Amino acid sequence: MAYRLGVDVGGTFTDVLLIDEEDSSFHVAKVPSTPADSSIGVLNGIARVCELADIRPGAIQNVMHGTTVATNAILTGKGARVGLVTTKGYRHVLQIARSFVPGGLGAWVIFNKTPPLAPLALTVEAHERIDARGEIVETLDEDELRESLRSLEQKGIDALTISLINSYTNDSHEKIAGRIAAEELPDIPISLSSQVIPEMQEYERTITTVCNSYVRPIVSRYVRNLSRELGTISGDVNLHILRSDGGLTSPVGAETVPVNLLMSGPAGGVTGALWIVRQAGFDNFLTFDMGGTSTDVCLVRDGVAQIRRETTVGDLTVRASSVDVRSVGAGGGSIAHVPELTKALRVGPESAGADPGPAGYGKGGSEPTVTDANVVLGHLPEASLLGGDLAIDRAKSADAVGKIARALDFSTERAAAGIYNIVNETMIGALRLVSVQQGFDPRDFALVAFGGAGAMHANALARILGCWPVIVPPSPGVLCAYGDATTRTRDEASRSLMRRFSETSQADVLAILEELAEQAAKSLDAEGIPRADQSAHFEIDVRYAGQVLHLTVTVDMEELRRSGLGCIEAAFDELHERLYTFALDMDREIINLRAIVQGKETPLSAPRLAAGTRDASAAQAGSQTVYVEGAHRDVPVYDRARLLAGNVIEGPAIVMQLDSTTVLLPDHDGEIDAIGNILIRPRGAG
Amino acid sequence: MPATVIESNHTPFSRVEVDPVDLDIIENALRNARHEMDAVLFRTAMSPGIREQHDEFPLIANRDGKMVVGQFGAFINVFLNSYEGEIHEGDVFLTNDPYSCDGAISHTPDWLVLLPIFKNGRVIGWAAMFGHMTDTGGRVPGSMPTDAQQIFEEGIIIPPTKIYRRSERQEEILQLILHNCRMPHWNRSDLDALIAGCRLAAIRVIELSDRFGDDTYFSALEELLERTRRAMRHIILTGISEEKQYFEDYLDDDGVGMGPYKIACTLWREGDKMILDFEGTDPQSQSSINFYCNEEMTKMHCGVFLIMLADPQILFNDGFYDLMDVRIPEGTLYKPIKPAALSCRTHGLARCMDVLAGLFGQSNPDYMCAAGFSASPHFLYSGYDSRGEWFQLFHIAFGGIAAAPSGDGADGHGMWPDFTNVPCEYLEAICPLRMDAHEVIPDSGGAGLHRGGNGVHTAYRILNAGDVSIHDDRWLSYPWGVRGGLPGARSRKYVERTDGTIEVLPSKCDRVRVEPGDVVHYCTWGGGGWGDPLERPVKQVAFDVEAGLVTAAGARRYGVVVGEESAVNEEATRALRESMRLERGNPDLFDMGGDIDEIVARCEEETGLPAPRPPEFAPWALTRLSQHSRTQAFDPPGAGRKA
Repeated sequence: MAYRLGVDVGGTFTDVLLIDEEDSSFHVAKVPSTPADSSIGVLNGIARVCELADIRPGAIQNVMHGTTVATNAILTGKGARVGLVTTKGYRHVLQIARSFVPGGLGAWVIFNKTPPLAPLALTVEAHERIDARGEIVETLDEDELRESLRSLEQKGIDALTISLINSYTNDSHEKIAGRIAAEELPDIPISLSSQVIPEMQEYERTITTVCNSYVRPIVSRYVRNLSRELGTISGDVNLHILRSDGGLTSPVGAETVPVNLLMSGPAGGVTGALWIVRQAGFDNFLTFDMGGTSTDVCLVRDGVAQIRRETTVGDLTVRASSVDVRSVGAGGGSIAHVPELTKALRVGPESAGADPGPAGYGKGGSEPTVTDANVVLGHLPEASLLGGDLAIDRAKSADAVGKIARALDFSTERAAAGIYNIVNETMIGALRLVSVQQGFDPRDFALVAFGGAGAMHANALARILGCWPVIVPPSPGVLCAYGDATTRTRDEASRSLMRRFSETSQADVLAILEELAEQAAKSLDAEGIPRADQSAHFEIDVRYAGQVLHLTVTVDMEELRRSGLGCIEAAFDELHERLYTFALDMDREIINLRAIVQGKETPLSAPRLAAGTRDASAAQAGSQTVYVEGAHRDVPVYDRARLLAGNVIEGPAIVMQLDSTTVLLPDHDGEIDAIGNILIRPRGAG
Repeated sequence: MPATVIESNHTPFSRVEVDPVDLDIIENALRNARHEMDAVLFRTAMSPGIREQHDEFPLIANRDGKMVVGQFGAFINVFLNSYEGEIHEGDVFLTNDPYSCDGAISHTPDWLVLLPIFKNGRVIGWAAMFGHMTDTGGRVPGSMPTDAQQIFEEGIIIPPTKIYRRSERQEEILQLILHNCRMPHWNRSDLDALIAGCRLAAIRVIELSDRFGDDTYFSALEELLERTRRAMRHIILTGISEEKQYFEDYLDDDGVGMGPYKIACTLWREGDKMILDFEGTDPQSQSSINFYCNEEMTKMHCGVFLIMLADPQILFNDGFYDLMDVRIPEGTLYKPIKPAALSCRTHGLARCMDVLAGLFGQSNPDYMCAAGFSASPHFLYSGYDSRGEWFQLFHIAFGGIAAAPSGDGADGHGMWPDFTNVPCEYLEAICPLRMDAHEVIPDSGGAGLHRGGNGVHTAYRILNAGDVSIHDDRWLSYPWGVRGGLPGARSRKYVERTDGTIEVLPSKCDRVRVEPGDVVHYCTWGGGGWGDPLERPVKQVAFDVEAGLVTAAGARRYGVVVGEESAVNEEATRALRESMRLERGNPDLFDMGGDIDEIVARCEEETGLPAPRPPEFAPWALTRLSQHSRTQAFDPPGAGRKA
């Protein structure tokens, strides 16, 4: 018997999902997270799930794991002391950054820049120079470098980045410097910019590599501990870590290039949504994961999540591929306020966070949050209906929202509806970023809601964006663990070319792509994945000659063999037209070529729900007064656990479960599908 | 004769009540649309100036042409009053003539695109956007001759012209224009990108009015304008004194050896109205540093400055313009008369920010900022590369941001919205250049409780013979400090020839011949300091020293004594601070680095450049101004200079 395990470590709970690889049956365990050392929570979860499944841990062969260790190190500022080696003349590459002052005209007045991720006191310059064509103009002064490195050692660093000008065209100086550093600083992990991200633009390459160094010691410690502990309990187990781009990497890959893990957590959510939503028969959808302090959205097209060659965590943006999850700093905890000067109703950017949290949680919060607005609107029924223990103090929520009501001279309910609508607009802004701004019409997509608050807002968002149906998966909590467990192993290899189409040939391009595929395939071979189970796809980054940025064109190898490079140029023009409304009659340039090789998908089907009739009344747990469309209405409350496949819930209605609440608006129906998703559509739209 | 807007639907919009929440939603949606305009432009423009440096400004206006969201004052009203002809659905206008749009754009390299947004046969709004083109023809590469005497030397002048006529592209007109530019493919794609940005705004406006209804959309825009007006009225009443505040600052030279030029301005409040009077400003220059200043644009700069300090979440738009009265005498540096040359107006435009800081700060100490990087200095380089292909670069430099009440000024940043520097690796890949250095200049930021930002040293190693132009200022006058803060360091430019000789370059020059191996050094200026440097926590000074942003010698300006290994000598520091305090006494409110006449007298010794001659003005301009002063009976008040 072979088992695989998906593990997702969240802020509060660690979810573990155990899958029998032969018959796809599974077990789920939920244990408290252990923030001080999250591997403890993971091991507790594994012990629990093995107990539930009545297997010994040794039967587990593969563990797939999404982690937020790297992300948290950045958000909490608890990363490594990073030393940095730059080319002479570029010591301030991070201090100057891109000279950008955020906030628009006049914002310099209030702009306070944070010190760079690698302190200037720990930045040294190397005498060396490589030019834009990769030729060595000045050889590296090795003796001077040794001395500089020794000075860094004295100051004490935990990790080192070497990022030299034009190393994307020729990495030889970085390699020599890396070798010298390894001799001088034997215990310090060294990251070379030409290995982490061999791309043009010195600031972006440097910050990405420095970020890699910054999270490297902490990630490396975590991964090693986890591997060791896993080895102790289940022997010969393969640990795989989920990368930001939704692929899996080995522990060694995670340790050396941890900058690729910054979006590991959200990527798990998206792949989990992908798994369950595709089983419901949808290939095109937007994910909407609304939590307490932030909301993540992502676009999935033809069953593939959009990938962006950039990752943003907090204020930090680096060049690392990630599932194109956009975060907005608004969620259930966002605080509403009415500034004196404008009397406008604003929601956020301040958040009550988890502590003190919304006023209605009774933990000392008194500011009106989005959650309080939902309480006032009646979206959060008495938990006692389900026997849960989440106590909400309605009076406190009403008091808090009352502040807004007084400032606007509204009723409390109307103020709550205002807060609800304003925060929805912020969410729409985020959904637009991934859809309309990328040239996609949201009406061609479904909207998948998860996270604690997602299903309370999704119906209202879909009504504005027209993205139907709204899909609320059965257990939003363990979605990420499903994502981890069902992800495919993946690796990619890429190479810069920088040639105009007229300067290269079909044969050259094909040869490079095939060589890259072979290179990527080898790393999957090393993971024990037979070639028969591997599949490759190809991408080329193209731009108009002279443009700065490029677009990524997916390559159909058959078509390329058949019709030549023209098909790439045509696909590029089409993409340019879609994104930017026009194409140009100009020479096009190939920038990078890339091959991505994946292992096969894990066939795992979701459990089926018992079938029922259209009538959902058997699942009704009570009723609740809800303020909707300017009036109070008595609406039914359903218990999610008692709903059967085929049941149809007529809105307005509320569906409760322990970890989330779904709000259905008037004139909308929610149908329960065979695997327990609620599919919400406007009535009559079937 | 005003323009005739041809609408097929004559139903008037009606003012309806707008739900306050809908209003906020429409506000957010318009803000998003305006950012989408930028995003489209950045992704599709090709010149590094627009694409990488973001030298561009968008706006969305209401039916009457009032800007509701955006970054430059509304000129649409002026355009509607002066354009002789019909405006149809599908028309797209292009202009680069400051004199035809009342200075909404202020020199010919800025190309402005404007289109009416039609919905169901009626105009429901306007979208406009302008960007700085690398070249627009004329006498020198970059189209900004530092010694031009008339606008006709500054490239092709395009009056408001339909580049699309009822959705049909006017290819011949476009060809005529592009044919006059040195980098036509960049102009073409940058123009396409500007149009794409405006069209996207039109789509968003139509969607939004579909969602809420045309009358609600129309009314919401009115209310947004009124809401900003109410907020601004409050700020003016509480933040601007009725007592006249006077401030003057300088443009150092005019590119033909004369200077400095005085910019004088007086600020006061009468009731709820703020008055800004540029009486006392020097007459127009006979060279190209004139800034054809749009009064509305000045109001916007004032408004933005006040909003940022009072409540940055306020939407800034044209709603408050009737609360401000900007008076600029004609025939001055800030209101030259056609055909005065305008191309080097960047210094005047940006220096206006320092003047405003000086004025508002006297009115309200919370608003007091030092002089900052009030510029976008340019480096231009052109020639034939080794393959015989023409290349041309327009490169904007960054410098030290002013120290402000909120904290230190940033090192090597800029004051213009969304501007970013061009990666050196990118410059090396597209131009025959090697960037030997791109680094902060320690000690160039003015010392203060809050430190002024440091300037930047950029070293351009020339790989191909060509010509260089420099556009810069503040090489003579100082970026002043406030409330005890010291001035920042001034700018310097010099070329290091292959034989080792150093030639100091003037701040404004064209056609500097450069040969392979020459290195052009461009050192921008630092921001002024804010507050007493002797009060700056020693720990912060030590941090800056360790980071190399302040030297050990520079630390003494803070009264901090730093020894080996950046260690602070506590005792010596205490003693030094005490003696400096005694010696200095109470600092003045402004530290301009000395009297301007003394600064001019020391010029050659300190800068290596001959002092500029006092400006010569055209006799008619002098006469005109003296008449103006007499009728205004103007009496500049003495400025309260003590802190």
